[in-house]
Amino acid sequence: MSKKTLRILAAVAGQPNSGKSTIFNCLTGARQHVLNYPGVTVEKKVGSYYVHGGEISLVDLPGTYSLTSYSMEERVARDFLLLEKPNVMVDVVDAANLERNLYLTFQLMEMGIPLVIDLNMMDVARKRGFQIDIKNLSRKLGVPVVSTVGNKGEGQRELKEVIWETSQNKDRRQTPMRVYYGEALESALGRIERMISRDPRLTEHFSPRWLAIKLMESDAEAQRLVQKNSQTAKEILEQLAGERKQFIARNGRTPEKVIAQLRYQAAEEIVEECVKRQKLGKRTLTDRIDQIVCHKIFGPIILFATIYAMYELAIVQGYNVTNYTWPMLAWLRNFTASLLPPEGFIFDPPMRAMPLAVIDGIIAVLNYVPIFLILFALIAILEDTGYMARMAFILDRIFVYFGLHGKSILPLVLGGLYVGGCAIPGVMACRSIKDERARMATIMIVPLMNCLAKIPLYVLLIGMFFAAYKGFAMFFMATITIIIALSVSKVLSLTFLRKRETAPFVMEMPAYHLPTIRGVLRRCFERTWLFIRKIITIVIAVMFVVFLLITLPGLSKQRHAYYVDQAEQATRSFYKEIGKDNPYIQSLSGGGLMSFVRYADDYKEAKMGVKGKEAKKALDQEFESRNPDYFKIVKRGKYTIEGRQVTDKAAKKVDRAYKKLAGTRKSLRRERKEDTVETSFMGRAGRFVEPFTKYAGFNWRVNIALLSSFAAKESSVATLGSIYEPTTGGQEEELGERIKGAEKGWSPLHALAIMLFMAMYPPCIPALLMVRLETGSTKWMLFAAFYPVVLGLAIAILVFTGGGILGLSGLEAMIAFYVLAVAVTTVMGLIKRKTGKGLEKGGGSNGLKLKES
Amino acid sequence: MTLDELKTGQEGRIVDINAEGAVGQRLLDMGFVTGTRVQVIRNAPLVDPVEITVRGVYVSIRHSEAGSVEIELI
Repeated sequence: MSKKTLRILAAVAGQPNSGKSTIFNCLTGARQHVLNYPGVTVEKKVGSYYVHGGEISLVDLPGTYSLTSYSMEERVARDFLLLEKPNVMVDVVDAANLERNLYLTFQLMEMGIPLVIDLNMMDVARKRGFQIDIKNLSRKLGVPVVSTVGNKGEGQRELKEVIWETSQNKDRRQTPMRVYYGEALESALGRIERMISRDPRLTEHFSPRWLAIKLMESDAEAQRLVQKNSQTAKEILEQLAGERKQFIARNGRTPEKVIAQLRYQAAEEIVEECVKRQKLGKRTLTDRIDQIVCHKIFGPIILFATIYAMYELAIVQGYNVTNYTWPMLAWLRNFTASLLPPEGFIFDPPMRAMPLAVIDGIIAVLNYVPIFLILFALIAILEDTGYMARMAFILDRIFVYFGLHGKSILPLVLGGLYVGGCAIPGVMACRSIKDERARMATIMIVPLMNCLAKIPLYVLLIGMFFAAYKGFAMFFMATITIIIALSVSKVLSLTFLRKRETAPFVMEMPAYHLPTIRGVLRRCFERTWLFIRKIITIVIAVMFVVFLLITLPGLSKQRHAYYVDQAEQATRSFYKEIGKDNPYIQSLSGGGLMSFVRYADDYKEAKMGVKGKEAKKALDQEFESRNPDYFKIVKRGKYTIEGRQVTDKAAKKVDRAYKKLAGTRKSLRRERKEDTVETSFMGRAGRFVEPFTKYAGFNWRVNIALLSSFAAKESSVATLGSIYEPTTGGQEEELGERIKGAEKGWSPLHALAIMLFMAMYPPCIPALLMVRLETGSTKWMLFAAFYPVVLGLAIAILVFTGGGILGLSGLEAMIAFYVLAVAVTTVMGLIKRKTGKGLEKGGGSNGLKLKES
Repeated sequence: MTLDELKTGQEGRIVDINAEGAVGQRLLDMGFVTGTRVQVIRNAPLVDPVEITVRGVYVSIRHSEAGSVEIELI
């Protein structure tokens, strides 16, 4: 090895709530980034620092209580240690909770990697009356022990020093303490260890004792390791089966029970010798808080108040903040637009339309950033204080009936349980659910909640068809989604998700703890940045495809000619109106007209963006210098020359004629756009499925609106609006009136069917990408996109056709459907849940493969 | 008797864990091993789950899981 910069790989392990991430941050400072462990959705933090001319790269392992193969986190942590073989491990231990933390420490020591113990949160331990004899602890355990207070940076330097020393101590390997597992078990372990030691393929990668212990614990992953990597696998596993059987027969208990018990006993002994407790300062404060927070009556009240506050702050206030950030994004769009080829009179060059479609997609995602920042900060606070565990504690009972988890409440609320949320943060918040099956089920039903984009359509249709009982109709739409979602979740967990891993609920209720501002901000920016980085690239690709789908194959020749002809007619009458002798004709003929159109558009847009007299003046000056002639026209012939107010009749005339021209152009462009969408692949699909969707009450126009709102649900109302646009032009009828006029046959049943379909509408593209990220599977993303369509159609058909056959009115159908949904969900809740059979063996593992060396 | 039968405030000593696989291992990992003292702190507002203190740590577990922890009353 060259002597330049030594690179040391260090892994930071520890139990949850041990302050592990604080230590990680304190060691690496800003030099860190967040990744995902390959193939799973577990966050991986990597950072580095320099010491004595060597570079230490630090990897933060997921916080785990143990190192079995039953949970994803534990497998990830273990696989990392086995595969990457760090030079040194740092075990962050909660000093106030030494006994249980040592349980993990012993397992780490068995892996045979040099270990440093970081006795963290010493201040809390001292406050609670613990006195820890660190020297004695270090001697007993046979590994160096450093004490720290992570959030104050105490002991950081010493820890770095000891990590460095331990990593350099290659000749004299550590001799850590060994937990003695009793005579019977030790001799069985010895026999297996010897068999393992005979296979160099195994000893090269694993500590024989560690592997032997894991095998005796009947760890499925360890058995797989042997099978994959050893030629003598068969003999080893046969021996193992015999040893286990014999042990159980003699002791009446499984080896894993005995191993756990003896580890705890060893931990107890060490604590007894090294820790003195002066006063019995119990967790009095936490207990007192919990008496209220987990109280039968106050508990739920506080919980709903908290959830409501989160919803209000993140979703409602977050949306308000986007009002301030939106202009920046709009500026970004306009800036990009100015770099692209300019727009035409009717037809825009594809090199303009396409990049703009992509930019719009990116902006639509970036628009959510303020919401994310607030939300992630709030979630970090909930996690850090320890309240998240209480939320799960209070609500678990209800959710467990439907295959969900107590922690499912937060994602559902963010997704729009209260009418108006957003599926993206909702799906993202599912991370905190450690039960894989419940997490997947939650991810799948979050998009069924009423996100903000679904609301305008409800408002429109309820106003049109259910005006007399608006309140009830809104209540119906607000609550029907969660009722249906619970059934969906139950069905999923009984079918597709049946084989997914479930985790035991067993959950620590950590002592309450004040979060630090730095810690909260750090996490919130980290997560937001991770989201942006990951999603933007995918959005670009997807928006491109959607653009093609709603654009191609493009207009027919006749239609194209029609628009060209219409445009020519409009320009001709424009010239005619301003007259041949108009002094401005010179600058408006030929290409001049189009450059004036752009100039006028620019001016109009710029004027909307400025406020205040001074700014307006500056704007005018800018446009005047750009083109003095055009400026006179857009000022409608009223401007000042040398301080004198002038009325320019010729310019006024041009302006009046241009108003007409601009109006015609606008409606021609809109017509052309719809024409393109209707004849596009997406539009054809809308017509193609009409024979089927008519049972749900959807004609092809509605189909197109529903199909094209796949790109952005917000546009459903806009699309309906443009389809039912006033043909005569001029008179501004309410959209509701227009739809009623155009669709004479529409009944409240039609409206109800459409609303229910919209309620079940597939997640928008950014939300789907989030599903892809969080499930780590394209298949599940596609499932999340398609099952709502099927479900929504089924419901719409049931309501429309079923309601029609029974001759129900809209209101009757609404009530009947509600009763039915409640009944179905109640029955679903009563179906007994299976306690994960066939999961005992820690399924879903990706099977560890070793590097050839 | 089993842990889910304990009332709030009652204490017991663990005799055995009657669960295999993930649930059993998780209980062991959290310190529910033979000989350990446990005390019921409180039930959730809807009765299930239940909060228990074990080895100085506060842990919430579902009744179905607590049912697999065999104890003797102290």
